[in-house]
Amino acid sequence: MMEITEGSHAVAHAVKLCRPQVIAAYPITPQTHIVEALAGMAADGEIDCEYITVESEFSALSACLGASAAGSRVYSATTSQGLALMFEVCFNVAGLRLPVVMTIANRALGAPLSIWNDQQDSISLRDSGWLQFYAEDNQEAADLHYLAYRVAEDHRVLLPAFVCFDGFVLSHTYEPVNVASQEEIDRFLPPFQPPQRLDSKDPISMGMYATPEYYMEFRYETDAAMHRANAVIQEAGMAFDEIFGRNYCGLTESYRLDDAETVFIAMGSICGTVKDAIDQMRDEGEKVGLLRIRCFRPFPLEEVRAALRNAAVVAVLDRNISLGSRGAVVLEVRDALYGSGVKVLGYIIGLGGRDVTKADIRKVAQLAKSGEGDLFYGLRREVL
Amino acid sequence: MENEACELFDSGHRACGGCGAALASRLILKAAGKDVIVVSATGCLEVFSTPYPETAWKVPWVHSLFENNSAVASGIEASLKRQGRKEKVIAIGGDGATFDIGILCLSGAFERGHDFTYICYDNEAYMNTGIQRSGATPYDASTTTTPAGRCSYGNPRPKKDMPAILAAHGSPYIATTSIAYPRDMIEKVKRAIETQGPTYVQVHAPCCTGWGFEGEKTVAIAKLALETGLFVSYEMVDGSVVKVKKVLRKPVEEYLSTQRRFRHLFKPKRNDAEIAKIQAIADRNAEKFGIDIKLKKPAAE
Ligand SMILES: Cc1ncc(C[n+]2csc(CCOP(=O)(O)OP(=O)(O)O)c2C)c(N)n1
Ligand SMILES: [Mg+2]
Repeated sequence: MMEITEGSHAVAHAVKLCRPQVIAAYPITPQTHIVEALAGMAADGEIDCEYITVESEFSALSACLGASAAGSRVYSATTSQGLALMFEVCFNVAGLRLPVVMTIANRALGAPLSIWNDQQDSISLRDSGWLQFYAEDNQEAADLHYLAYRVAEDHRVLLPAFVCFDGFVLSHTYEPVNVASQEEIDRFLPPFQPPQRLDSKDPISMGMYATPEYYMEFRYETDAAMHRANAVIQEAGMAFDEIFGRNYCGLTESYRLDDAETVFIAMGSICGTVKDAIDQMRDEGEKVGLLRIRCFRPFPLEEVRAALRNAAVVAVLDRNISLGSRGAVVLEVRDALYGSGVKVLGYIIGLGGRDVTKADIRKVAQLAKSGEGDLFYGLRREVL
Repeated sequence: MENEACELFDSGHRACGGCGAALASRLILKAAGKDVIVVSATGCLEVFSTPYPETAWKVPWVHSLFENNSAVASGIEASLKRQGRKEKVIAIGGDGATFDIGILCLSGAFERGHDFTYICYDNEAYMNTGIQRSGATPYDASTTTTPAGRCSYGNPRPKKDMPAILAAHGSPYIATTSIAYPRDMIEKVKRAIETQGPTYVQVHAPCCTGWGFEGEKTVAIAKLALETGLFVSYEMVDGSVVKVKKVLRKPVEEYLSTQRRFRHLFKPKRNDAEIAKIQAIADRNAEKFGIDIKLKKPAAE
């Protein structure tokens, strides 16, 4: 059923259909509408869950950790400063192999304080062991939650997942979204069946202390699970396609890529603008295309390598920066294309909510063609 | 109630001989029985009881971080409730986890009213990281971050009143107890677990390594803490003190002189002024809680 709905409400509705048993979250702009909507559903008995009104994001994720360890499906949502406050817990949840799903309404990190969109928050947790999905629009933002739970809880994976969607740009925007029925989601997403849980009938110890003889193997196994997730995501994407007719079979999406010489790489809502700009440039005879990264962790190295094989130049749009180095995505892409001879250029763009227009994308294409890159795009030099 | 002869905290863990926290854990599980889930904070107890792949815990146990055991316990409690399960939830933390770094999560969990019991084993410093002061360290105790020195008598601040802070949250049951009185401790832990809502038990648990005494003296020193009035054993129900253990009080130096952490008060020169300040702390405790047993005939006129 199609509904015109705010992004946050589309996400909240999707979360409800996933039947979380425990929700713990703390308000922060621009994520707040999601947790308010879920609180409303809980108050009306539309969702059968324990809703914990924690005193901080740190406790939100800690409570989710406990609830998941005791065998419940759990949910949280946050962004920016809230996610930064969860940093320590994020690593812990992944190390404990608990399939917590959390929405990130992507927002810049202070200082200076900014409530506007970029992807620095979730990107800064790229090494924490969470799967990371990035939505282009609100349909995908909703759908990725179903996918995320299914993949995270798969016994071959057992890792937590971020579903990232751009703050304000998506979270506060009304778009038509095809809303799934409970029956469809129940068919796609089986109930959570943890292989182990805290249970007095079968006591186990979780979160023990590991000496150097054991620690590395724990890390290896978690990394191996992350790599196994690649195939599990594709499998879940195909199952999703069968029920819903929307295709998430790959970890990336190709747009007009076949004969493209200049290829953009980006994540999130900016890709809509990139696609429009590509259509314009194609009309003018430019061979341009887009490879959209939908899943950043695990990073789809092989998929990226195969898709970019015939490109002349790759322009990576990073809405984040690893200060003192480059954008996080361009580093991954360069690694994927190492030795291939394909030129990869990085552009730091749209930080802290700076608007990115079709004209900007066209300019980046020109820069890339002329070999100019590895720069901050669109700096206002007059205020430096 | 469970059979108290049952040992759910196994031997063979890595605690120092004479560790107060190890004894506390054993007694906690005797009181709690099998149908519990325990959440530990980072600290000595967590480290010495679970060196992977071994564990001393014969009940379900989880450790996440230093400062989030109350929040993890909140989540477990909610999870069990949603699943219709009946296990009781116990969070255990050292004084550092409880008084200092974990107080945000603890305050939140108590204010929200989760049905769980928080037990602090109070060894009066951060022992796991090598005896640094905490908000529970007593006045004048020498620690590695408040060492006694030419310009210092050790820890410059008195102990934080954690039970009062939690009582202010509206907790229905709060108790202090000591590993020196196992019967008392077991009764209080049981009562805390049986009471609906967030309850708190603070267990005085001497640390031979951190305080500087021989491991066989742990219980004797714990007794002296109570007998001198530096530690008071009491119960609070709905914010009011309902029961206090009374003593024939001994002078504080009988307690202080047994431990290396107070040695600077006696050597190289006896520091009467500082000992008097500590005696005043005990006197205030005695007055506040009415712990003194009044003999019919005063011992001396
Ligand atoms: C966030 C964080 N800060 C610091 C530490 C280091 N640390 C581990 S245990 C500990 C002290 C524990 O003290 P307490 O809670 O009193 O328990 P004890 O070791 O005395 O039993 C510290 C400082 C940590 N693990 N995590
Ligand atoms: Mg301590």
